[in-house]
Amino acid sequence: MAQAMIDLAHLAKKFGDQTVLKDINLTVNAGEIVGLIGPSGAGKSTVIKVALGMEVANGGSAKVFDTVMPDRELLGRIGYMAQTDALYDDLSGEENLKFFGLMKGIAKANMAAEIAHAAGVVDLTADLKKRVAGYSGGMKRRLSLAIALLGNPELLILDEPTVGIDPALRRQIWAELGKIRDEGRAILITTHVMDEAELTDRVALLLGGKVMAFDKPAVLKQQYGVNTIEDVFLKAEGVEQ
Amino acid sequence: MRTIAIMNRVLKELIRDKRTLALMFVAPILIMLLMSVIFNTNSTTDVNVGTVAVTQKLNQEMGDIKHVAVKTYDTKAAAKRALQDEKIDAIIKKTGNTYDLTYANTDSSKTTAVKMAFKNAVTATSVDQLKSALKKSTTGMAKLQAQLMVMQKQQAASTPAATGNAAAAKQAAAAKAKSTTTATKSTSQQAPKITNHYVYGDKNTGYFAKMLPILMGFFVFFFVFLISGMALLKERTTGTLDRLLATPVKRSSIVFGYMLSYGILAVIQTVLIVLITVWLLGMEVVGNMASVVVINLILALVALAFGILLSTFANSEFQMMQFIPLVVIPQIFFSGIIPLDSMADWVKDISYIIPLKYSGDAVSDVIMRGTSIFDEGGNILVLLVFLVVLTFLNIIGLKRYRKV
Repeated sequence: MAQAMIDLAHLAKKFGDQTVLKDINLTVNAGEIVGLIGPSGAGKSTVIKVALGMEVANGGSAKVFDTVMPDRELLGRIGYMAQTDALYDDLSGEENLKFFGLMKGIAKANMAAEIAHAAGVVDLTADLKKRVAGYSGGMKRRLSLAIALLGNPELLILDEPTVGIDPALRRQIWAELGKIRDEGRAILITTHVMDEAELTDRVALLLGGKVMAFDKPAVLKQQYGVNTIEDVFLKAEGVEQ
Repeated sequence: MRTIAIMNRVLKELIRDKRTLALMFVAPILIMLLMSVIFNTNSTTDVNVGTVAVTQKLNQEMGDIKHVAVKTYDTKAAAKRALQDEKIDAIIKKTGNTYDLTYANTDSSKTTAVKMAFKNAVTATSVDQLKSALKKSTTGMAKLQAQLMVMQKQQAASTPAATGNAAAAKQAAAAKAKSTTTATKSTSQQAPKITNHYVYGDKNTGYFAKMLPILMGFFVFFFVFLISGMALLKERTTGTLDRLLATPVKRSSIVFGYMLSYGILAVIQTVLIVLITVWLLGMEVVGNMASVVVINLILALVALAFGILLSTFANSEFQMMQFIPLVVIPQIFFSGIIPLDSMADWVKDISYIIPLKYSGDAVSDVIMRGTSIFDEGGNILVLLVFLVVLTFLNIIGLKRYRKV
């Protein structure tokens, strides 16, 4: 069995009286893309926040790289892309990349190469000098993804990375994600786009604060007796209700 | 290292936000210029006084006082009409030996001016009366003295009896004493020469001079508080704070990075304000200008820490603005612009938790008395305590967004 990059076991999380996560069991192994799907408010972002150590679980354990989270130093090895674009509008694309590169602790000598590579992946090389305020929605999303890719992190955590991105570029990004997986790195990705979920190695279906199903897309489809992941999703939701 | 990178980024963002930058640098100068014009011209109040049945003498005395114009009316009704029409600010009516004063009292400074003018005029007229009375008594005295001399001579001529002699000597002594007092009185009738010496400034030094050192601090506090609070709020709402905290950056690095960048900005702002007030408004700085900058820098850092802390309680820019009447405006009241001595004790106690009071005291001392910054240790220490506590709270407070 491959090495577990993320290992969440019996994770529970409450915000005040509201229980968001009840019992989450989720592993992401090296060389694997794991998709996290679920309706809005199912707690996808909370799972990510706990994995990053921004929130502390109320129960169970959250380990990343075999270390109990939260752990500040580990964050340098994780590439994170949030649901919001989270960019500095008054800075240019390059300045944004450089700033977050410095924050991640990338050495100055490697900075230019890292920025060039990440910008190339998301096809932003020509627009790097422009200020982010003048970017389109899709360009912002791509820059946000480029920031997550900086420094070749061993683990990528991407929250809805392909919202507002053209189909052609989406394909390009998935190709890049595939390459990253083949290098033995791991990716945890949340998505609303069901055919993207088909592209992952394993899908976790998050519903009502629990992981309802967690397996290869093909196996899930077989289990539920349907043809697409979308139908799996709808069926699982129907069972819940 | 990361602290410096954050500082660079914050500065870069600020420099590109031209309007905010202009607000920080141009707005204080504009307001100061306006205030200096308004407060300095307002230091003299012109009043119009209507008089009814008042002696010619008193009218003249009042009219001689600067900034007082006298109009005489025949009846009180006419004067009242003028008062209603805002032609005059007060009526002085004499009935028998009493004066009736009626004030419009729409402007308390005018009322005070009239009261003063009236008092001075009455004193002047009574002094004149006293003078003429004194003149009379002096001439009377001279006569008396002449009589005494005659008496003394007569007594000396007659063979002196022991008792009689003693009585005469007594009389003579008394007369002498009287004559000396009249002598001193006659010298005191000459008007004494008055020379005014000002420890700080000159005769044009007005209320504005007292406000200036505190205002300076207020501008630094206000703008740094608002802009830094907004900046961190924006980081939080756009998600960049989360992204920043998803890197191995230390929470303290974020706080210190902000401190460095806004510290630099505050230094520039203070230097600019000091230069403007010295060159354009002609303020006299007795002490060391560098001390003024240092004290304002510490205040700016307190404002920054305060702004960042309060921004965590705001969910939008509008909610951040709501802290202005709650946090910023009360600072003016307790900063010393309005003299604290005249306030009730419990009100005075509030001023001890107002950072602006300490910087205001310290900067006032440096500018107006030339106190060395090292003698302001008490005030500076309190500011530093504010700074350390607030900074610590901010570093702890960021735990809300990342647990380590």
